[in-house]
Amino acid sequence: MTEDATFNRLSVLSRTVAMFIKEFLQLRRDRLTFATMIFIPLVQLTLFGFAINTTPRHLPTAVLAYEDTDVGRSILAALRNTTYFDLVRVVHSEEEMDHLMRSGRILFGIEIPAGFERAVRRGDRPALLVAADATDPVAAGTALGALEGTIGTALARDRGLPETVQTVPAFEIRQHRRYNPGALTSLNIVPGLLGVILTMTMLIFTALSVTREIERGTMESLLAMPIKPLEIMLGKITPYVVIGFIQAALILTFGTLVFDVPIVGSTALLVLLSTLFIATNLSIGYTFSTIAQNQLQAIQMSFMFFLPNILLSGFMFPFAGMPRWAQVIGECLPLTHYIRIVRGIMLKGADLTDLHMEVMALAALMVLTMTFAVRRFRTTLD
Amino acid sequence: MICGLLTPDGGRGTCLGYDILTEREKIKLRVGYMTQRFSLYQDLSIRENLEFVARVYGLPDPIGAAKQAIVRLGLEGRELQLASTLSGGWKQRLALGACILPRPDLLLLDEPTAGVDPKARREFWGEIHKLAADGMTVLVSTHYMDEAERCHEIAYIAYGKLLAQGTIPEVIEASHLRTYTVSGPDLNSLAERLVGMPGVDMVAPFGSSLHVAGRNADALDATAADVGNDPALDWRLSSPSLEDVFIDLMTRSQDNFR
Repeated sequence: MTEDATFNRLSVLSRTVAMFIKEFLQLRRDRLTFATMIFIPLVQLTLFGFAINTTPRHLPTAVLAYEDTDVGRSILAALRNTTYFDLVRVVHSEEEMDHLMRSGRILFGIEIPAGFERAVRRGDRPALLVAADATDPVAAGTALGALEGTIGTALARDRGLPETVQTVPAFEIRQHRRYNPGALTSLNIVPGLLGVILTMTMLIFTALSVTREIERGTMESLLAMPIKPLEIMLGKITPYVVIGFIQAALILTFGTLVFDVPIVGSTALLVLLSTLFIATNLSIGYTFSTIAQNQLQAIQMSFMFFLPNILLSGFMFPFAGMPRWAQVIGECLPLTHYIRIVRGIMLKGADLTDLHMEVMALAALMVLTMTFAVRRFRTTLD
Repeated sequence: MICGLLTPDGGRGTCLGYDILTEREKIKLRVGYMTQRFSLYQDLSIRENLEFVARVYGLPDPIGAAKQAIVRLGLEGRELQLASTLSGGWKQRLALGACILPRPDLLLLDEPTAGVDPKARREFWGEIHKLAADGMTVLVSTHYMDEAERCHEIAYIAYGKLLAQGTIPEVIEASHLRTYTVSGPDLNSLAERLVGMPGVDMVAPFGSSLHVAGRNADALDATAADVGNDPALDWRLSSPSLEDVFIDLMTRSQDNFR
């Protein structure tokens, strides 16, 4: 009996070791899994450590000045000194300002009204208008909070102003949190979530489509049939466009009914551009599908693509707050452009002229990946 | 390669008069290819699979064509069954049915009867002969010589070389192989003794007998007469089987290969 027990214990050990060695050998051969294990923590660390900033600085700001005066210049200099605002544009009309804000190219608009300096000197405490794109309450909030004190201090150093002006604030800052005055997070999250969910599901669906055919052996006879790669791709992608539609409709219905997210702009435009976004993601997924050797790899690739989409698109963290390099990467991701589109249409009432840059970016990504996928698709088995 | 799935390393070729390098699309329209592994969609029903094939080939009435194929295959009443639930033999018939649905001029079968029971296999071959009789060219690849024996014409290919070609009698004739069938007790030790004796190129057990073959007929006859005086053994001159011919050709081509 003791002999039996020894035998048993030993063989448990050796069987476990056998399994252990086998797993290691297989892991070593599976390069992509190995790469994923190394790559994902590195990417996560880099993105979270360097790219993501929840108190973003250097936010793009446009200035609309109806007069060019010392006080005005001091205020702008003070704004710049806060490091929260980057004065990237000087505009000449409110329409221009609105357009920039709807298209998401600026987060703040500063308006210095006519006769501002005179009013300051008279001690009338005129209003400086600061419009903020509050679709992302986090991005707007910190900067607005820093606004009041810094400008007052900066102005106090300006010579030639009456004594009283230097002790009490010489002017009032009138903040206008546009599109989301209540700073509701749900207004920011729900439209973004539409993009995130579509990205995730569309990618996975199509990423599996070609590898599944290869794994199940159906590819061999499919290739022997008179059907062309483009026909295969379009035929495989189209059903998922319908599924994407259903998903989008679900999220939108739920979002508007339960979370009271408005659709300020045109629903038709939203549907149209969502179709474009869905198709773009499907063609990216399809491209993965033509590269991956099996379904597991396809899923891993989708995941590796999905991660930066979540972190760098402006869905979770303010896009404007990221360093330059991260923004460049972000611009290459379809979700970044779609989030601008959805937030633009749903919250800001943006139209096609406001969004044409994003539309072109999405279309370019789609054509690029589709071309790649079709060329990459092997019509032979060798 | 014939139907455009593999790119040749070099050289040229034609299939049904089309260039296999440049006119793949035209070839695919007129060739049916049945893969070794079942390659229809397991999660589609019999009818859906057939309709899919019919549509890809652009048949005018895919639904009607699929219906006809189901009747021809004897699968009426089961057309809604998923392909994955079929037995090996039925899968094979379904795959064949799908291949001939677009009425190709050439049918390529890649080891079609691997893993199929003998009865289904016989029926399958019956089907193939019917198709051939109707004018379709059928090209079958196989590892098994009893399968090859069912064909009108055979060609041996080994290491990329065509070794023999023709009808079965022609191929056997061309092999110049002399074969004896030996039966008797203790064939195992006899086999061991025979290997390496003059004239003996091949010794292979076949059930309760032994095939002994050689290309040098005189030397083999001498050896047979020498060993054959054991009265317990029955030596009989026989015609070589296709497998004997095949193994002999293989051995020789391996020699060439080295």
